[in-house]
Amino acid sequence: MSAGGVAMPAGTGAASARRGGLMLAAGAVLLVAAIVAALAIGPIFIAPADILAILADAAHGIRPTEGIAMRDAVVVLDIRLPRTILTALVGATLAVAGAVLQGVFRNPLADPGLVGVSTGAAFAAVLWIVFGGMVGAFLPQAVLAFALPISAFLGSLISTVLLYSLATREGRTSVAMLLFAGIALGALAAAGTGLVIFVASDQQLREFTFWTLGSTGGASWFKIGIALPFFAALFVGSFWLARGLDALAIGEAEAFHLGVDTQWLKRLAIVLVAAGVGAAVAVAGVIGFVGLVVPHLLRLSAGPMHDRLLIGCALAGGALLLLSDIVARTVAVPAEVPIGVVTAIIGAPYFLYLVHRNRAALGG
Amino acid sequence: MLVARGVTVAIKGKTLLQDVDLSLSPGQVLAIVGPNGAGKSTLLKAMTGERKTTGGEIELDGRALWHWTTAALASRRAVLAQSTEVVFPFLVSEIVTLGIRRNLTAAEQYRLVQRALVAVDMSTMSDRVYGTLSGGEKQRVQLGRVLAQVWSHGCTYLMLDEPTSSLDLSHQLLILRLAREHALSGGGVLMILHDLNLASMAADEIVALKDGNRIASGAPVDVMTDDLIAALYGVRVQVRGVPDGPFLLPQTARLPG
Repeated sequence: MSAGGVAMPAGTGAASARRGGLMLAAGAVLLVAAIVAALAIGPIFIAPADILAILADAAHGIRPTEGIAMRDAVVVLDIRLPRTILTALVGATLAVAGAVLQGVFRNPLADPGLVGVSTGAAFAAVLWIVFGGMVGAFLPQAVLAFALPISAFLGSLISTVLLYSLATREGRTSVAMLLFAGIALGALAAAGTGLVIFVASDQQLREFTFWTLGSTGGASWFKIGIALPFFAALFVGSFWLARGLDALAIGEAEAFHLGVDTQWLKRLAIVLVAAGVGAAVAVAGVIGFVGLVVPHLLRLSAGPMHDRLLIGCALAGGALLLLSDIVARTVAVPAEVPIGVVTAIIGAPYFLYLVHRNRAALGG
Repeated sequence: MLVARGVTVAIKGKTLLQDVDLSLSPGQVLAIVGPNGAGKSTLLKAMTGERKTTGGEIELDGRALWHWTTAALASRRAVLAQSTEVVFPFLVSEIVTLGIRRNLTAAEQYRLVQRALVAVDMSTMSDRVYGTLSGGEKQRVQLGRVLAQVWSHGCTYLMLDEPTSSLDLSHQLLILRLAREHALSGGGVLMILHDLNLASMAADEIVALKDGNRIASGAPVDVMTDDLIAALYGVRVQVRGVPDGPFLLPQTARLPG
């Protein structure tokens, strides 16, 4: 925030700048540590020094240096690296999407997983997988590759628009309506998902748990490739929205008085959230609570100004999902626990705590 | 000039504002007074562009209000709304920063935030979380944010909806002084005030609204009369005068009936 050479004396602005900078540095360190841990930990432990050597060799396009087992190089590059990158991107996306959605609804409880945005994406993705073949033949190859994330994006968009129109009147969102409408939309979409999977043949769909509790186990460079444009749209676009979201936090009318076109801001934010969440669900299923816990912790530590908050969410969201994934794939070896189980164990008690704190607003 | 001509606002068949004229010039402090539900906030909101009108026209610097983009409006006028609910844990200094134009350097932003906080007597609380402040402190922080917008954009018009409602006496006087300073520096101030003594002290012109109609306007000495106050509020008082202007003592009031 502060330009070079500007000393911030104790007092005005100093605390704001201080709480921002430190937390972002901590987030970056945490993310790097989580990436190294995710590459190192598994059925075979690979030392961080070896990981660095393998990555350096791969970056230079040469065969692994002597002393590094070929097997380790394959494990790191072909198995763990795509999964690590995908997990970090999905975590970052869910946290950033949560922060933006909470900004739009002016409510810290609006998690994409809780209010039906993710479930809407999953329903649309499942619909595409089962029925997409009927229209797929008429689509060009380039579009076909992206058809799954596009379907999930549309499902997510429809859920979010419905949620917004149900829960918001004249720019004011009722907390209770947001949660109730979100629960209803989520339940409806989940029922639709269950029905489609039940009538579909096994080949067309992987297991039901992928769509309800998520997994990054099927990570591949192809999956990263098809989801990345959607993630990038959210990351780039939301930093552009940051100042408007700050203004929106002090009120719909106030934001207008400050020169923010709030209708346009909210529409763009909803499209970007749907893009990010839709693509995340298409490649990793429905993973809850990341978008709730991360932004809330970051607001307390780095402050609610969205430029810093969103960067912090990207870093910490990636780190949190990587750590959850390590737990998910090591706690019940040789089986894997769905990653959404791990995030729910962390997130659900946190959600209860938040609800408890907001009980007055909820009428409890 | 900020001009309203024949402005009418109706919602679901209920007329909130009926054919109201108002004109605010640079250098002028104008106070709107009237009983609860008279349409004061509706008029102010219409003049900021926040509320759509159902009839009449509003012009800012010779152009119809709806011609202005949201961003351009924000560089010509700043608005303090009646109550502001902040949802996330912003610091006081961060709220004030929201008023500042984007393309200033960090040093300029910092100086403006400082200046605004000093102006509203909140400079010692810049690191406090907004939600933990008292009502009056919140109101001053929001006014600081509005002043930061006025100074960084060079806004001409300052529009305040009951800016003194939660303030103690010394801070009420501080707000009136800020309004006068803005007018002296070439700006126009439109504010809604409930306290008739403050309005009479602070304003060059008073506009009185009742039931959505403008029933009187003019200099305080002409508007503040026993009869007008009786007509507005149904209360008989005796308005007195000092050389600076008229005043009234609620102790002299007789309620109707």
